[in-house]
Amino acid sequence: METPNPYFNPFVLPFVLGTIFLFGICIWKFVRWYKHFDRLQRAIIRKNLLSWKIIPALWEMFREGILHVRIWRKNPMLGYMHSSIALGWFMLILVGFIESHMTPASSHPFWMAIFYRFFITTHQTFPGAQVLTFIMELMLIYVLSGILLAVVKKIYSRILGMKKTTKHILIDRFAKAFLWLIFPLRLLSEVLAASRFQNGGFFTGFLGDLIPPSNEYFLLLSWTLYSCALCGFFVTLPFSRYMHIFSELFLIYFRKMGVREKSERTGYTMYELNACSRCGMCIDNCPLNKELGHNDVQSVYFLRNLRQKKSPIRVADDCLMCQRCASDCPVNIDLMAIRQQERNKHEMDTADNYGYLDTVQPFNAIGRVGYFGGCMSHLTPGVPEAMKAIFEAAGQKYWYMDEDRTMCCGRPLLQQGYNRQASDLRRKLTEMINKSKITMLITSCPICYQSFKKEYKLRIPVIHHTEYIAMLLKTGRIKVRKDDVRTVYHDPCELGRGCGIYKEPREVLKATTHLVKAKQEKEDSLCCGINLGDTLLDIDQQTRIRDAAFQNLMYKHPDQIATACPMCKKAFAHASEFPVKDIAEIVRENLK
Amino acid sequence: MPINFGYSIAPTRAINYDNCDFSKLHELEQAVPSFKRCINCGACTATCSAQQFTSFNIRKIKTLCMDGQYESLGKELKKCMLCGKCTLVCPRGLALRPIIMTMRKIFVTK
Repeated sequence: METPNPYFNPFVLPFVLGTIFLFGICIWKFVRWYKHFDRLQRAIIRKNLLSWKIIPALWEMFREGILHVRIWRKNPMLGYMHSSIALGWFMLILVGFIESHMTPASSHPFWMAIFYRFFITTHQTFPGAQVLTFIMELMLIYVLSGILLAVVKKIYSRILGMKKTTKHILIDRFAKAFLWLIFPLRLLSEVLAASRFQNGGFFTGFLGDLIPPSNEYFLLLSWTLYSCALCGFFVTLPFSRYMHIFSELFLIYFRKMGVREKSERTGYTMYELNACSRCGMCIDNCPLNKELGHNDVQSVYFLRNLRQKKSPIRVADDCLMCQRCASDCPVNIDLMAIRQQERNKHEMDTADNYGYLDTVQPFNAIGRVGYFGGCMSHLTPGVPEAMKAIFEAAGQKYWYMDEDRTMCCGRPLLQQGYNRQASDLRRKLTEMINKSKITMLITSCPICYQSFKKEYKLRIPVIHHTEYIAMLLKTGRIKVRKDDVRTVYHDPCELGRGCGIYKEPREVLKATTHLVKAKQEKEDSLCCGINLGDTLLDIDQQTRIRDAAFQNLMYKHPDQIATACPMCKKAFAHASEFPVKDIAEIVRENLK
Repeated sequence: MPINFGYSIAPTRAINYDNCDFSKLHELEQAVPSFKRCINCGACTATCSAQQFTSFNIRKIKTLCMDGQYESLGKELKKCMLCGKCTLVCPRGLALRPIIMTMRKIFVTK
């Protein structure tokens, strides 16, 4: 007859079954998503599977999946909360595993590490045993402090610097309740064990000494509850927001391999959707939430809708596409691409709309640079005029592509999901640019700039006029004087967060005028509101968003607003009593 | 054989509103309420990018729509490049891009 395993007790069963369920469901889901990867994405993964890219991928998985460095940078309190639970628990599992395997025993079942203090009732003497016990106790305190912060955040989130937190659905609340129960129950169980067996460390031992030795009934009850809490968490995990724990690691790995979002949903999108931990960091800074009180359209709710297979047409459309949430997201989920995928689904997209553009005659512009003002620059004629003056001052031959008749770059159509129509326009413009033989394309409109740079496949360099002017200044082709007008710079969304151009406009402004800071700038700048992304807002709502952005610029009481986007210029021109100028206009005024 | 007097009689352009179907117009007005604020000033048409290349007239589309004359709208609406200049110049703050997009949904058949 077999002797019963000394390291088994019926109370481990909920934990064991929960673990098997969890890993079964997770593996099934991950494999299913991987099968829905697009062929190109899979080829990229296969190519890079065991390349050197795996090292930075592993490092980022550890840094973001466990330490949560990006949250630390944004908000140290939140960073502490998230990392205490992630790092603390990870260490408890890792050190617990080492501890249980170092212990001389007839067998080492995998649950032994979890219920170690119940089965190992004496202080161990193997080398390092005391150090391991000390680390385990410390990590338990670390996790408990994080749980305490989470409870405080639940009661009054402003202490942790969050005005609004996510409104969770039922399954998330259940999973969270189980998660919050696990560690206090673990503490209780270990304290009861310590009071009975005297096997506690510095913390549980101390607490164990304070209470009378527990009887076996309470001891078993406590360990059973601990096991059940673990089981409850594991069973709810795959269907709740805590799926991010595993999805995020895979997402980081795939992203480091070079996989990116496509224009329609793939398996990669599923990894992104599940990697959202619904931390709610995208809520507070969303202009729609802050200024208009639209509180169900933020990325966290949008992604959750998609995961729940709800039809989010209104939610997908009600977004400025200002990318503020994308810059706040600690997981760096490609939020704009996912929203675009949903927009692509529901619009009617007809072909052959722009036959009338065939009348555009080819123009031979060999040896010149091309200048594309964009539709909006026709409403701010000062910008192209200033650019003309700058070209002349620099002795640069140029071709103003859309001086009298302007073709749209296609991005406004693309943003609303008219893919084929946008590609029609792109084809026409590409043809025009290729036939003209220009050597470089300079645009004044950040929308066109992003479009030419990312969506067109041009063989010539595309730069924004702020980059061009910065280049002219650096090479000395134009000379400017510096005035002392206090100027604040507004970062256009499409130029800043969209294309990462923050440095050049500031260089130019520092050379020509006295640059002061806005309250929030660069990645944290605010959208001017009068944009093309959101088609559900009316003019009053857009004006409210603009006013907030205007107040943000007024932080240091400047005398002039500078921007690099004709639309932002138009937006602020109505709000401001003093001049709103494009960088090109300021440079032109200060030309020597 | 008809005698040529040097002029002809044009077909009547009078519209009998009793015979018009305004359901689509109401659908549009409900989807984008700012449509009702239009004063027919024509600023949108003057600034339009597509209008520089071809005969595309947003004010005309609006008038036809108000009169329940939907037949030619589908073909016309396809010409819009959705660049949004009209929205910026509109003195009445109409949400013109949403209006065009909704019109496309209602009048353009794929």
